[in-house]
Amino acid sequence: MTDKFAVFKNLLSHLILILAAIVLVFPFIWMLSGSFKDSLEVVRMPPNLIPETFLFSNYVEITKYFPIYRFLGNSVFVAIVTTLAQMAACAMGAFVFAKIQFRGRETLFGLYLITMMIPMQVTLTPLFIVFQKLNLINTYPGLILPGIFSAYGTFLLRQHMMTIPDPLIEAARMDGASYARVFAQIIIPLSKPALATLSIFAFMASWNNFLWPLIATSDKELMTLPIGLSKLTGRWATEWNILMAGNVISFVPIFIVFLFASRYFIKGMTMSGVKG
Amino acid sequence: MVGQKRLSKAVVILGFLFPSLAGLLLFQLIPMLSSAVISFTDWDLLTKARFVGLDNYREALQDEQTLTSMLNILKYIAGYLPSVLALGLLFAVLLNRKLRGVQFYRIAIFIPVITSWVAVSIIWRWLLNGQSGLVNYVLSLVGVQGPVWLQDFFWAMPAIIAVSVWKDLGYVTIILLAGLQDISDDYYEAATIDGAGGFQKFWRVTLPLLTPSLFFVLVISLINGFQLFDQVLVMTNGGPAGSTSTLVQQIYENAFQSYKMGFASAQSWILFVIILIVTIIQQQLQKRWVTYDR
Repeated sequence: MTDKFAVFKNLLSHLILILAAIVLVFPFIWMLSGSFKDSLEVVRMPPNLIPETFLFSNYVEITKYFPIYRFLGNSVFVAIVTTLAQMAACAMGAFVFAKIQFRGRETLFGLYLITMMIPMQVTLTPLFIVFQKLNLINTYPGLILPGIFSAYGTFLLRQHMMTIPDPLIEAARMDGASYARVFAQIIIPLSKPALATLSIFAFMASWNNFLWPLIATSDKELMTLPIGLSKLTGRWATEWNILMAGNVISFVPIFIVFLFASRYFIKGMTMSGVKG
Repeated sequence: MVGQKRLSKAVVILGFLFPSLAGLLLFQLIPMLSSAVISFTDWDLLTKARFVGLDNYREALQDEQTLTSMLNILKYIAGYLPSVLALGLLFAVLLNRKLRGVQFYRIAIFIPVITSWVAVSIIWRWLLNGQSGLVNYVLSLVGVQGPVWLQDFFWAMPAIIAVSVWKDLGYVTIILLAGLQDISDDYYEAATIDGAGGFQKFWRVTLPLLTPSLFFVLVISLINGFQLFDQVLVMTNGGPAGSTSTLVQQIYENAFQSYKMGFASAQSWILFVIILIVTIIQQQLQKRWVTYDR
């Protein structure tokens, strides 16, 4: 292989990647640009990328019809509580599956894994009926509870906790530490990277969750951003500037989380590949 | 004393397992079994449920809308799967080369992945709009009159496929990239010694050793494909004339708009069984083409 050929190959790689990056990222730039235009400029042909004047009024006007900042608050609250609760439930379960022997453990864990195959749609109808009977529809617990159990999260943390050396735990047990103490003072501190990965993953899943909140909320006061936005499209089918402002509001928080923690995002994604 | 110790260990285990076990039972297993029971009934939530045996299943398998939606899903998978795999493989290979700015490309390719389907669908509804859409504007620059994508009976599904590939590409790429990085350099060195060229190395070393990752992506993509819903609901709502309707959308409409709980549950079980069968077939077939290194 000659040097000339390598240079050419690198150039071609960059060219393809730059083209791909433009196709993948430009729609978001277009969204941002559209959110600052007025209703005429946003549909004008030929289109212009930089708005003539940056209008922030779309971000205010949108609240006249839809309490978008309420949706934002709901999304933040639901995502944070779901993430924390999911981390706690998964970590506790994973600890048992990784470090405490008992009869039937592997069978039980197998049962956890099987649920990864159950499509949400199968559990949807009964869940809705039960939640309705318990008056949990249009409440925060109703939005949060079904998101707490995660077979994937339990699996991810278990895989990590299994790498923690047993002698460490045995020594602590010898010294009279309870399992609760071993969990809090050895397992949790040593599982921080895996917990970070799970937290990011759980936050994103909750932030973008659509099907369950769509069914569990009909009251505007309780809607999360994806549900609110999907209702918004029904009413303002072509008010692109308003719609894009709503989109930007839903995009920016998850984008910021991603920028600060892209490492964990990618780790969470690739870890999900382990289960195959 | 020993008995007491055993008892306290059981209490500890139960205590730690309680949150996730409760979730598993209350939100997965019990609803799943209930849904199986409901699927044998005729129930609108208001009146008492009536046992109808297999009627719902019989009806669903003869229902034109259900069958159309299944056919639509097959079309979707036929278009989506090869595209996302081929492009994902291409970008994984490119990102695996030691290029400058790889970190930037990796972030760029990931942005659609982290965005919600609703936001992505709304952006693309605009981009694909017949009059004010950027896609048709760009096409007009090269003299092509674009269709009204999402309102066009023929083009709506290809548009949904393209947007889905666009959104999921980063995910597939990252999984395949992790697979590529797991391949030991020894294999490539051995191949070089044996006189293999670049193409041969890719065909004889990279691809076979990447098959576990490819297999995983295939399984996940198929499962997700059968559950196609979010993007369809926001972009086309199943239209025009049912050309993009999907099984999950049918389930959603039957259960939560028409309150046909029994029928919707039967449809969801049909979906589950299809996914189960497809996954089992893949597990069986994997022995023929997936190479495990370890």
